[in-house]
Amino acid sequence: MAENGIGARLARKEDPRFLVGKGNYVDDINRHGQAYAAFVRSPHAHANIRSVDISAAAAAPGVLAVYTGEDIAADNVGPLICGWAITSKDGSPMNMPPHTVLAQGKVTYVGDHVAMVVADTQAQARDAAELVNVDYEELPAVVSTGDADSASAAQIHEVAANNTCFDWELGDRADVDAAFEGAAHVTTLELVNNRLVPNAMEPRAAVGDYDRATDSLTLYTTSQNPHVARLVLSAFFQIAPEHKLRVVAPDVGGGFGSKIYVYSEETACVWAARKVNRPVKWTAERSESFLSDAHGRDHVTKVDLAMDGDGKFLAMRCSTKANLGGYMSLFSSAVPTYMYATLLAGQYTTPKVYAEVKAVFTNTTPVDAYRGAGRPEATYVLERVVEAAAREMGMDPAELRRKNLIQPDQFPYETPVIHTYDCGDYGASLDKAMEIADYAGFQGRRAQSEANGKLRGIGFSNYIEACGIAPSAAVGALGGGVGLWEAAQVRFNPTGNVTVFTGTHAHGQGHETTFAQVVSDQLGVPVENIEIVHGDTDKGPFGMGTYGSRSIAVGGAAIVKAGEKIIAKGRKIAAHILEAAEEDIEFTEGNFTVAGTDKAMNIGEVAFAAYVPHNYPEGVEPGLDETSFYDPLNFSFPSGTHICELEIDPDTGVVEIVNYTAVDDFGTVINPMIVEGQVHGGIVQGVGQALIESTAYDPESGQLLTGSFMDYTMPRADDVPSFNVDTTVTASPLNPLGVKGCGEAGAIAAPAAVMNALTDALGTEAIDMPATPERVWRVAQSRQAQAAE
Amino acid sequence: MPTVSMTVNGKSVSKDVEDRTLLVQFLRQDLGLTGTHVGCDTSQCGACVVHIDGRSVKSCTMLAAQCDGSDVTTIEGLATNGELHPMQQAFMDNHGLQCGFCTPGMVMSAVDLVKNHPNADEATIRAELEGNICRCTGYHNIVKAVQQAAKAMGG
Repeated sequence: MAENGIGARLARKEDPRFLVGKGNYVDDINRHGQAYAAFVRSPHAHANIRSVDISAAAAAPGVLAVYTGEDIAADNVGPLICGWAITSKDGSPMNMPPHTVLAQGKVTYVGDHVAMVVADTQAQARDAAELVNVDYEELPAVVSTGDADSASAAQIHEVAANNTCFDWELGDRADVDAAFEGAAHVTTLELVNNRLVPNAMEPRAAVGDYDRATDSLTLYTTSQNPHVARLVLSAFFQIAPEHKLRVVAPDVGGGFGSKIYVYSEETACVWAARKVNRPVKWTAERSESFLSDAHGRDHVTKVDLAMDGDGKFLAMRCSTKANLGGYMSLFSSAVPTYMYATLLAGQYTTPKVYAEVKAVFTNTTPVDAYRGAGRPEATYVLERVVEAAAREMGMDPAELRRKNLIQPDQFPYETPVIHTYDCGDYGASLDKAMEIADYAGFQGRRAQSEANGKLRGIGFSNYIEACGIAPSAAVGALGGGVGLWEAAQVRFNPTGNVTVFTGTHAHGQGHETTFAQVVSDQLGVPVENIEIVHGDTDKGPFGMGTYGSRSIAVGGAAIVKAGEKIIAKGRKIAAHILEAAEEDIEFTEGNFTVAGTDKAMNIGEVAFAAYVPHNYPEGVEPGLDETSFYDPLNFSFPSGTHICELEIDPDTGVVEIVNYTAVDDFGTVINPMIVEGQVHGGIVQGVGQALIESTAYDPESGQLLTGSFMDYTMPRADDVPSFNVDTTVTASPLNPLGVKGCGEAGAIAAPAAVMNALTDALGTEAIDMPATPERVWRVAQSRQAQAAE
Repeated sequence: MPTVSMTVNGKSVSKDVEDRTLLVQFLRQDLGLTGTHVGCDTSQCGACVVHIDGRSVKSCTMLAAQCDGSDVTTIEGLATNGELHPMQQAFMDNHGLQCGFCTPGMVMSAVDLVKNHPNADEATIRAELEGNICRCTGYHNIVKAVQQAAKAMGG
């Protein structure tokens, strides 16, 4: 292994610039002659627009232009799209309503985009935006997920009767129902998966820039996938042909899914830059982020689990209603379907699974992928019902799980819900987690808590996720509109250092370090001589970006494939110069050696020879610069066991997590320090969902009540503990690095672990996320009252 | 427009600003010191924390004019002669940052934290960082970083 190669706990190459204030985020970018945009947003959840009077705004100081939906329509910009087609049970296609960049005749959520003001300064743009006079005809708002499709609900979109986008199913209902007939025990739960606001710390921002000389546009934007953004802006929004449009996503301050999508504001800025012939900048205020960044989750679900008398799972059936918000976002249809129901087998051998999902529109912010995207919802449903089943059956929850785990010798394992798992040893993670968490000592700790007047509980979450998204043909077969391969270019420069271009994008994940370790390990070049370049469509090949824990499993594999081409070419060059047969050349740790001799060339010398090809093999092109496009063979399947132990003060409802253990199988780990950091952050987002993060809308008006950090409870340092994080390793046989992906695991596993611990402590399943102190206190008080009777 | 004068990272600066200019806008837009970030509009997130006369302050919560005559240190002024401050080094050593957006404010708050609580335990560190939100790290490694820096800073 190269020093600082695979497995090294290497400090990050990107850190120094961030630590001294030299990060380059979109709002740090200012172009010469830059103007500023401000958006007029709907104050109503549901309304018809009778008229928009822009005259006062247009006459305000510094204003260059005021645009409305009519201008968007006149230029044929958009509409915004959903890129994944879902077919309902009855064979009908999903009902995708129009989603214009600026509203045309109607608004469907508070914060919906009505007009755009462009002015010389940010303050002038914001001042003028307040002068745009919109005459609204208010309509009744549809807010609740559960009631959105009821006959009495207002109709939001003409194309979607009963506010239903699709009513989809996976599995054979009759077959699963029949399996329930023979069950010795059925456990049933009704669960709410609460809506979350992603809240990456950097608000979204955009700078659109028009170059008159080349008639081309550049968009600097907070994107997780700049190439995809360019494709969408070009092919679907008609902003400019792809070769006349450059998208740059520089340092991006967190994404968690919310920066996958191409939103109205970014689209409008790059469009307007050409209209006003000046750069146009917009930076979201946090209040705008709350209203307009795609939210996550928001499911209501009923689940039934059938078991035989020994606790062996026979079948599961699950009915979910998923809230899409006011419009369809880019991948919103895939999240509650193929990213969700396909994971409902979990780590278990459950032979029959049926899921039905009805997706509904409401007058709320659109919902799309948020860290985990469907898989946290699946894990929550499955792991809650398994824990509840153990309690009802009087079995230890670990033992019930163990009885049903897929065994290591059963791989590849075909589940009843599409996926074929590649490898895993779920029992190993479970065992290790139980040991670290001292599960055996729990009853003693519980008794001690009880003596102190506290309620103590412990809960498991055995999760599995489908990551490494995704084999293109499979995606296409399931309705996806894109291929999900990844590209990499490995370029040796003449002096022997290496520039690597990747189509993935890092916004906190540390790719500049992790990918450099992979390249260093493979090519024997020191990490400090390797630069990872991403985030600019003018640099390197087209790529699909970062989401779904895909960057190392797909993007990393592409880098390795390009590296293999480098080695293959280098071998030819070295053979020629060393006057040996190509098959006699060995490559190890950066050196091409003639087998059995001390004749060798370093890869840097080979690179120089490739660019100064004076003594060079016939028929070989100069240069040492290779590109690979890698389409994965399958998803990857990270898995693990998380165990949460917590204590409740029944007098206040305050929950303290006293011990949290995560044992994850991510396959090969490139940089353990970075992987642990990903797990920590994911767990806290999951703990936040379980205990404190509530997205509250007024049920009548549809106003977002939790629209700021004063109201939406972000986890802070004093809300969470430190964690015990460890791994087990089964290397994936399906990609050259043996990796699986680690970015989402914490957020997927944690909500179920926390809620299973909480319900264990409270002695009832009847509490929903977020289990705030108020909710916990109410349940604790009613349980104590019941006990006293 | 009033003229404001202050010392920023050891240099005297003097500019005419609109009355309503916030300190963070002055730093970012007038002085080009973009290391100080804006993550919210309610003075909650702490991404904009700087030191004013040695104390940590959310620079979105003060007008530039209020800082007339003050000595301001931003994240750009924390390292000396190209050498990272022990807090910056500790964040790097312990992977206390991921996307880097909250980091400048987090580091500036943490420096003040250690100054006020040189021997802070984990609970104190967590409580004192309550005004800085990080969405990436889960705080685990930030706490470790502050503990390491506290030792290095002589706590």
